[in-house]
Amino acid sequence: MATTESGGTVLATGRQVAPSLRESATFDRNVIAEIQRAAREGMYDIRGFGAKRRVPNFDDLLFLGASVSRYPLEGYRERCATDVTIGTRFASEPIHLDIPITIAGMSFGALSGNAKEALGRGASEVGTSTTTGDGGMTPEEREHSNKLIYQLLPSRYGMNPDDLRRADAIEVVIGQGAKPGGGGMLLGHKISDRVAAMRDLPKGIDQRSACRHPDWTGPDDLEIKIEELREITDWRIPIYIKVGATRTYYDVALAVKAGADAIVLDGMQGGTAATQEVFIEHVGIPILAAIPQAVESLMELDMHRKVQLIVSGGIRTGADVAKALALGADAVAIGVGALIALGDNAPEHEAEYERIGSSSGFYDDWQAGLDPAGISTQEPELEARLDPVLGGRRLANYLRTLTLECQTLARACGKSHVHNLEPEDLCALTIEAAAMARVPLAGTSWIPGVNGI
Amino acid sequence: MSASQTAAPPLHFDLRTDTVRALNSRLHDPDGAGRVQVSNPDGRHAIAVGIDAPYEVEIDGHVGYYCAGMNKQATVRVHGNCGVGVAENMMSGRVIVEGSASQAAGATARGGLLVVGGDASARCGISLKGANIVVRGSVGHMSAFMAQRGCLVVCGDAGEALGDSLYEARLYVRGEVASLGADCIAKEMRDEHLEQLRALLEAAEVDADPADFRRYGSARQLYNFKIDNVGVY
Ligand SMILES: Cc1cc2nc3c(=O)[nH]c(=O)nc-3n(C[C@H](O)[C@H](O)[C@H](O)COP(=O)(O)O)c2cc1C
Repeated sequence: MATTESGGTVLATGRQVAPSLRESATFDRNVIAEIQRAAREGMYDIRGFGAKRRVPNFDDLLFLGASVSRYPLEGYRERCATDVTIGTRFASEPIHLDIPITIAGMSFGALSGNAKEALGRGASEVGTSTTTGDGGMTPEEREHSNKLIYQLLPSRYGMNPDDLRRADAIEVVIGQGAKPGGGGMLLGHKISDRVAAMRDLPKGIDQRSACRHPDWTGPDDLEIKIEELREITDWRIPIYIKVGATRTYYDVALAVKAGADAIVLDGMQGGTAATQEVFIEHVGIPILAAIPQAVESLMELDMHRKVQLIVSGGIRTGADVAKALALGADAVAIGVGALIALGDNAPEHEAEYERIGSSSGFYDDWQAGLDPAGISTQEPELEARLDPVLGGRRLANYLRTLTLECQTLARACGKSHVHNLEPEDLCALTIEAAAMARVPLAGTSWIPGVNGI
Repeated sequence: MSASQTAAPPLHFDLRTDTVRALNSRLHDPDGAGRVQVSNPDGRHAIAVGIDAPYEVEIDGHVGYYCAGMNKQATVRVHGNCGVGVAENMMSGRVIVEGSASQAAGATARGGLLVVGGDASARCGISLKGANIVVRGSVGHMSAFMAQRGCLVVCGDAGEALGDSLYEARLYVRGEVASLGADCIAKEMRDEHLEQLRALLEAAEVDADPADFRRYGSARQLYNFKIDNVGVY
């Protein structure tokens, strides 16, 4: 859509709309199209990607940088370390990462085998970890990921003790940001023979994973569940707990009490392969608002930096990474950004995106299994389009870029380790972001809810 | 088990003096499989979990949560009652509970046989993925919820919402079923089912006539999204 010289609107179809026609802010074109779709199909919309609405996020924060009162570090000469160790609380074999950016849990099933392999290759190249997902561990991803985190989800698809023992860490998934309180979904056309066998399900069914764990309810049971997982793995590997950002202050305290080595906190912008749109857009809180709650909770328990905090949900750039770390996270995880780096939404597939009713830059039908880029599909012909070696290299490049950007900002703030970034290095552009991130509004010392009004 | 192993005196762990960690650590030794006796479990959790060798574990007393969790190959016998999630995600082997079991007995189990001598509480066989469960007594509500594969045999009665959102698991119940869950229906007992049930009862050493049982399974109406099902989604 563009505006013409006369003030009218040019639609995507090229047709011009007179300036006298006024679009409703309440019933805009997206809303109207959705009502029409609902009336036609009688079913909620299911899609992939993360929230599309704008919410307060890292763009609403700025770094202050060094000046007279504090000095910066030289870009090429002075060290700015990026390594992070996760699982120092109980595990005898904690995980050492070279960069504070990890690949979030994304299932084989939602993603093609080649996509999983590419994620493993890219992450391993730069010394970071990948994560399995709702569907079990594939031999390919174990082989190509030097450090692989194994998710224990409510569905327990593919769960088995051999893979637990083969994993470098366990992530107990309580929820994810795109759908806190909801279970996984995988629609029939993505349940291939292999996916069906891994999940012990009939082929071709529209599969809805459980949203609650089958054998525990509540934090006291969770503590015992974690004890069992530790016993099975001889207290070797770290155990993470992943939660969607909702009542974060309490969830983090309960996760610590339950015995977590690390907490994965996923904001409401977080990506998904298939979720009801109403869930994606309307449940959970932005990661910006969740990190300070988590850090406050950890600090009160004297567990900040002892139980590591990994945050995700809409992380795109090194600036996002640096800001998340400055707010107190130990590392970040990325999902959608990693898939885009592999080739998702690439303009070279534009003709095909159009054929399936989308466009590069808009494609979110990851549930449908028709991905022209070969990522969110189980069709062998489509999957073959993603070269896992090339995809891995692109991901490694992207991760290196994020790391360099993050280091650049950390050096500008005079920090010799990215973990030395702190809230004091930040200010906010909006009152909302100032209140959520608990940093002062730019040019003032005002933190709404903390000082003044 | 070879004759020499059977003849060897069993290893003994007294959980009033030995830790669960020491017990499990010993049971994780793949080469030392043999008989292991555990006394005074006193309701402790995570006893005999993650075994991957043909151990024969005898536990004299009541155990807490997740006893024999993720078991492979071993036979674990509990002379007492079990807490939540006994034999959860079992892969193979056998777990025999002489008393009753709490909730989620055999949750997500993928192989092997779980036998409960008394009753099993709610959600017995939840998300079952291929194992077989035989309960001599009755089971609580929501048993076999979302069960995918394998069999649940109940010699007594079943509580509310049996087999809710069931996939391909088979349920055999001798007594009353309080109610069936969404998409679970009574099905015809054909010869193959009588045959399967007879084998399961025999394996569990339960003296019962397969002809006295009824079979329940999935109506498969919820397998694909349909607007007419909106009430149950
Ligand atoms: C294709 C896809 C599949 C996903 N599958 C899972 C999953 O199986 N388990 C899980 O905990 N989270 C899953 N997620 C969520 C991610 O782990 C992560 O929380 C989220 O993508 C982070 O937000 P971002 O995508 O904005 O970086 C998935 C996300 C995507 C994009």
